Amino acid sequence: MPLQPIKFYQTGSFVVGNRLLDPDERAVQARIDRTNSLNCGHRACQGCGEALGARYALDAAMRATGNQMVAVNATGCLEVFSTPYPETSWRIPWLHSLFGNAPAVATGVAAGLKAKGRSDVRVVGQGGDGGTVDIGFGCLSGMFERNDDVLFICYDNEAYMNTGVQRSGATPPAARTTTTPAIGPEPGNVFGQGKNVPAIAMAHEIPYVATATVADLRDLEYKVTRAMDFRGARYLHVLVPCPLGWGSASGDTIRIARLAKESGLFPVFEAEGGEVTDVSKIRRRVPVEDYLRLQTRYAHLFGEHGHPGTVARIQAVADRNIRRFGLVEGE
Amino acid sequence: MFEVRVHGRGGQGVVTAAELLSVAAFLEGRHAQAFPSFGSERTGAPVVAFCRIDDHAIRSREPVVRPDAVIIQDVTLLHQVHVFEGLRPEGYLLVNSTRGFDELGIGEFVRDFRRDRLLVVPATELARQHVGRPVPNAALLGGFAALSGRVSLESVTTAIGQRFAGRVAAGNIAAATAAYEFVRAEQEEMRNAQAG
Amino acid sequence: MLRQVEGSRAVADAVALCRPEVVCAYPISPQTHIVEALAAHVKSGRLSPCEFVTVESEFAAMSVAIGASAVGARAYTATASQGLLYMAEAVYNASGLGLPIVMTVANRAIGAPINIWNDHSDSMSQRDSGWIQLYAETNQEAADLHVQAFRIAEELSLPVMVCMDGFILTHAWEQVDTPSQEEVDAFLPAYEPRQVLDPADPVSIGAMVGPEAFTEVRYLAHARQMQALELIPDVASRFAEAFGRNSGGLVHPYRTDDAETIVIALGSVLGTIKDTVDEMRRDGVRMGVLGITSFRPFPLDAVRTAVGEARHVVVLEKALAVGIGGIVTANVRMAVTPERVSTVIAGLGGRAITKASLHRMLADAIAGRLEPLTFLDLNHELIGNELARMAAGRRSGPMAENLLRDLGAVASRIG
Repeated sequence: MPLQPIKFYQTGSFVVGNRLLDPDERAVQARIDRTNSLNCGHRACQGCGEALGARYALDAAMRATGNQMVAVNATGCLEVFSTPYPETSWRIPWLHSLFGNAPAVATGVAAGLKAKGRSDVRVVGQGGDGGTVDIGFGCLSGMFERNDDVLFICYDNEAYMNTGVQRSGATPPAARTTTTPAIGPEPGNVFGQGKNVPAIAMAHEIPYVATATVADLRDLEYKVTRAMDFRGARYLHVLVPCPLGWGSASGDTIRIARLAKESGLFPVFEAEGGEVTDVSKIRRRVPVEDYLRLQTRYAHLFGEHGHPGTVARIQAVADRNIRRFGLVEGE
Repeated sequence: MFEVRVHGRGGQGVVTAAELLSVAAFLEGRHAQAFPSFGSERTGAPVVAFCRIDDHAIRSREPVVRPDAVIIQDVTLLHQVHVFEGLRPEGYLLVNSTRGFDELGIGEFVRDFRRDRLLVVPATELARQHVGRPVPNAALLGGFAALSGRVSLESVTTAIGQRFAGRVAAGNIAAATAAYEFVRAEQEEMRNAQAG
Repeated sequence: MLRQVEGSRAVADAVALCRPEVVCAYPISPQTHIVEALAAHVKSGRLSPCEFVTVESEFAAMSVAIGASAVGARAYTATASQGLLYMAEAVYNASGLGLPIVMTVANRAIGAPINIWNDHSDSMSQRDSGWIQLYAETNQEAADLHVQAFRIAEELSLPVMVCMDGFILTHAWEQVDTPSQEEVDAFLPAYEPRQVLDPADPVSIGAMVGPEAFTEVRYLAHARQMQALELIPDVASRFAEAFGRNSGGLVHPYRTDDAETIVIALGSVLGTIKDTVDEMRRDGVRMGVLGITSFRPFPLDAVRTAVGEARHVVVLEKALAVGIGGIVTANVRMAVTPERVSTVIAGLGGRAITKASLHRMLADAIAGRLEPLTFLDLNHELIGNELARMAAGRRSGPMAENLLRDLGAVASRIG
């Protein structure tokens, strides 16, 4: 049988060939001693990007810290689906306080551990985009500014999904949510200035800022591991598609995340001390339409009464990202 | 119970004066309570502070409405604030000024007061001289110790020494001592005048 | 050591002796001197190990305390007024999670109109937050209550709010005996948390609870407060044994035994009331005072016992439940027959409560002239003017500004 070369972009992941790697180089998730920090049996929807992202991120963090870790969770889907009383999916020390205070609670955990002489125990704060870019933003900025020893991970699914898909400060332009309905002359969310929290995090000049998607889980594991090399405030922004809120097929979560990156709408990069140190290049550039068409939250942009002008504006956003971050080789 | 009210402006150490007076009384084994009446406590705004001294624990927290003594750190308040409210003719009045009561326009008001309990002290000048800044509070406390005899100069200077350090402490102690001596000299002069 | 010292400083020193491991600080008057003094304790290395976290809001202050407490660190913060409201969500969360945080509230009014002076509106707004609330009468008691508060909090796994009157106590200099480190160490054992985030024994804290168990969780919070009714006097008596002073407990009765009229109040105003009552006693009036130290849990039995057969109870309150009247009164009426109880609202926004005013009001009480709800020293003319303005036309303008214009220069007044 003739050999057929497999291109990475066809699988979209470095996971390919994992079994062929030396055990030490395998993905955390592929290892027999993975911690299953977020264990099975939780109540997340089918195809939930957040559940996938959190599982990979926390297992990687556990491995990086030698299982000496505490997680703090903002209110939101992740919190609700993981701890339906009297069950919990968390196999790590886990604290949920409020919607808007996870970064500050994480600061408190770090401060308490330091005072107790347990600086070997590391702290991860996590929340959705609502708990990070909106209601928790003051606490997040305070944590950054003080350079508290916390890795904060935002699982960004671009709206308040836990309460039923309302617009957040991370909702992209033209997207339909229940508070930005697809009606009127400019259906869906407004074209605002955006709230680019990775850039805002970089403006705090914290040691490490990175973005990732659930399309490249090996990259996500790497970035969590890399973040744990630093002390001080670190921020990781992970794009996690939400089949329910985005109106996409459960089986398309990873595909959509990949298209977000490959279209340029979601730049994947790393930054240290406020300077970009690495970007994940687009391997095969696609028009934003390929990404948008898979999601009913953008359905009003297409068809007979579509809004090609709006699609063009979204394409312009992607093109700007590509220019700004140099996402395409040679451009 | 001996009740003192200090009037001045933000930045003149009014609150500190009341606090130091309470410390001085405490050092003499007495109970004392000092507290400010906070208004717009910005620099230059009228400020009032209170001090009570007693042989027993002091329970009342009301502002000093019937003072036994009034210390006025800033004469520009004389006609702006009811600085004399509740002050009776047998009370003590110590004013920071180089001018006399008549010149200050309160000669008529103090006519019935006991002469030996009324005094002006050039506290700002003494402070400039000894502290290098026009902060009259320490000098007034020294003067008040001499005028009222309710606390000793030693207690006042000890209180200042506990609160401040180095040159600031030394300067304020010098200012308080100078004011104390100034008042003593005035009292002596007054006694001589009465005797003669 | 007996010292003449500012109340805030005395409290900060007492807190430092309790060896908090995390102190969260956000400035708000009149609390700020406390955290300033604690900053000096930490920065100088006198208080160590301790993480002093200067947060970006009161909401973050309580949140940091929550995180710290959940990893078994002794956590402390202080606030007042708007700050307490700003952290309210986290205040409820701390008690709901059963984290024994101790917080000072330097009592101050709540705006609008903005007002930095003392009353009890702030802590009273959080009376049902699940925190134990202790009110200090003097700076000595304020300092002592903090030492007791950590012990009570940690024994019950409940947070404790120590309330002390802003400015009146926080900024007052009076003599306070500060114990030695050894004495406090002997009184206050190390914090042994009931729940702790520990990688060696992972637990989930803060899970969602639905209708199937929420009532039970709330009941347990109530049950622990009921336990506090036993524990608070017990800790106070142990404190008296160790330090030779009576501080804390549930209530402070004063000359109540044969009293026909009893004045009930909380906090520093009790001193002024006691002086007034002593003067009235000299005139043969059988009057007593009941200070309530523990407002949460509310000591129904202790109040009932102290009031006894007194014919008339006057509750003097530094907060107002707008639309009904007294807050403390509503609680007192659970302890004694409601008909005997009158409410006097006093000292709002820092209005001085003078002995002269108390004499007038209590004379009315004895003569049976006291209304069920009275506002002490209310300026009826000022109110009349504004009501007339409001009746005269629609655009009567901002109320606070109107009143201030009518009042003229306020700086000229004393007390």
